[in-house]
Amino acid sequence: MKNLITSLVIGAAVLTAPVAATAAGHSELKYVLVSHAPDSDSWWNTIKNGIALAGEQMGVEVEYRNPPTGDIADMARIIEQAAASAPDGIITTLADFDVLAGPIRAAVDQGIDVIIMNTGTPEQAREVGALMYVGQPEYDAGLAAGIRAKGEGVTNFLCVNHAIQQPTVGERCRGYADGLGVELGNSMMDSGTDPAEIKNKVLAYLSANPDVDGILTLGPVSADPTIAALQENGMAGDIHFGTFDLGEEIVNGIKDGTIAWGIDQQPFLQAYMPVVILTNWDRYGVLPGNNINSGPGFVTANGLTKVEEFAGEYR
Amino acid sequence: MTDASKTDAPDTDERVKEMSSFRRSLIRPELGGMVGTIAVFVFFLLFAFDSGMFNSQGVMNWSIVSAQFMIIAVGACLLMIAGEFDLSVGSMIGFAGMMIAVFGVVLGWPMWITIIITFAICIAIGAVNGYIVVKTGLPSFIVTLAFLFILRGFTIYIPQTLENKTIIGGIRDAAEGDWLGAIFGGKIGGGLFEMLGNAGVIATFERGSRMGEPVVDGIPMMIIWAIALIVFGHVLLTKTRFGNWIFAAGGDSEAARNSGVPVNRVKILMFMFTAFCATVFATCQVMEFGSAGADRGLLKEFEAIIAVVIGGALLTGGYGSVLGAALGALIFGVVQQGLFFAGVESSLFRVFLGLILLGAVILNTYIRRMITGER
Repeated sequence: MKNLITSLVIGAAVLTAPVAATAAGHSELKYVLVSHAPDSDSWWNTIKNGIALAGEQMGVEVEYRNPPTGDIADMARIIEQAAASAPDGIITTLADFDVLAGPIRAAVDQGIDVIIMNTGTPEQAREVGALMYVGQPEYDAGLAAGIRAKGEGVTNFLCVNHAIQQPTVGERCRGYADGLGVELGNSMMDSGTDPAEIKNKVLAYLSANPDVDGILTLGPVSADPTIAALQENGMAGDIHFGTFDLGEEIVNGIKDGTIAWGIDQQPFLQAYMPVVILTNWDRYGVLPGNNINSGPGFVTANGLTKVEEFAGEYR
Repeated sequence: MTDASKTDAPDTDERVKEMSSFRRSLIRPELGGMVGTIAVFVFFLLFAFDSGMFNSQGVMNWSIVSAQFMIIAVGACLLMIAGEFDLSVGSMIGFAGMMIAVFGVVLGWPMWITIIITFAICIAIGAVNGYIVVKTGLPSFIVTLAFLFILRGFTIYIPQTLENKTIIGGIRDAAEGDWLGAIFGGKIGGGLFEMLGNAGVIATFERGSRMGEPVVDGIPMMIIWAIALIVFGHVLLTKTRFGNWIFAAGGDSEAARNSGVPVNRVKILMFMFTAFCATVFATCQVMEFGSAGADRGLLKEFEAIIAVVIGGALLTGGYGSVLGAALGALIFGVVQQGLFFAGVESSLFRVFLGLILLGAVILNTYIRRMITGER
């Protein structure tokens, strides 16, 4: 009994600290950003920093919420929860239209403004009644990457997919294959998310398929172990290597020539812009007339300084 | 002489310790869960009262999340009392949902046939789990861990092979008007909620195609299933001979076997029941959301086990309560959603969960010692 009380008191102390911190702000407007990412995905740190900066600059309160394991059904509950707490706006990804369309539409009908960010399409955003879509259309970005890689001599590729359960991410591989003008076939690998497993799967695939001359990774989760794999088997710098997203390891890879380019979808903008747009919409009733494409932008060895300075923080 | 002794002590037995009825009604396996539930509600009433957590929408939100945990916790609880674990629950949820999508959408079978066949397949897999555990004598921890991977693998492989994607949608359309689909995905009490909405007791939609309708338009079948399973599990465990067999099988299976309890049958049936609960969870989920994804149900097995342990069951079997497990699930659901309402940084959820788990286990240990008299 006493132990439970003690642990609850400790819990209360832990809890009240952040609650008190947010209550102290001078904010009048409150927004919630709901992502589909599990806790382990470090890429979303940029998003957290982006909404924190936007919230600070605009003088509004922005909360970040996500399903701890990345389960989209749990995410639907979080959107329902966010709607019940009646914020001024919800910024959310549309990772699975079937699951999330209902809760998002209910929030919109309840009078809450919604902006779709990151995952989803402009069409789907319109369909659920969102104000706009801010992000990088996945297939188009993959296609652009494929066309560029073809120009750089890639004929046979491996796509390392660490998020096989998200169909939208797989679209990048499909677009890349179409850009190269080859069949996707077995070129997309379900790598899992464990770094050691990814590294060894890549090593095994490359030794079993010696004709592969291009690699595409879909984010830091798959890129970092792939860099390690290429350094181990001596193919670093020799094989064409492009990746989605940026991170510290990827930036180092671009600098030393292991990676040809990183496709920056500029997550900072995906987090920062919706907060600014919602705030101006709620305060002054002004709204940009179109969706915002935050990417794709190719980051090569030229002009890495800003990226390097803010990698993992704002880039 | 014999007459005198009879009148002196009519019904007492010197082997039974005297206990006040108050103490007896208080000292139960569920006590820890009850204390925890009260503590959690008091906490959120203090810190999140005006955040929308206790309006109709908010209550529905944490109720349905708790109901999800309850459905799998009932199965996990009975199995744990019978002395075994099932780590494949989460993968089973993903697998069952995907089976419904494959049969109902890809193959286009009628939804009621799809659901019945999915239940049959999943319960059969539960039976295989149980059979392997019973026949080999291997720890169920290892056997079901194997099925955790096997089922998750199939859940990714099957839709990828058939459809080239890992999420299959369109289940809601396929289930439209189906009687069995409605038992899992429907809502009841719509008229009552409409009345409440019109009376202004609960909020209504302000715009869109559903303008004027109440924001909560019925009690989802998920909650009805949760209550039904809890009642079934509680009655089975406490009022029937089979319930005693469950306790006996988990307490000391050798002793139980020697006194004629069909331990193997009990354990296999409990594995099947756990699979049944996981399939109920999955069916309700795909009926509500309309799609099955390969990542559904990740880590749900641990969430079920945590709810059961918070509810006072012993990890080693032979002791526990379905009501306790249900309260554990309620605590889990209320805390998970409540922290969002309270505006707490979401990464602290795990910290809080760990503290509750630790506190509950320590408290439950003292309560159990009081009940069983062990030192």
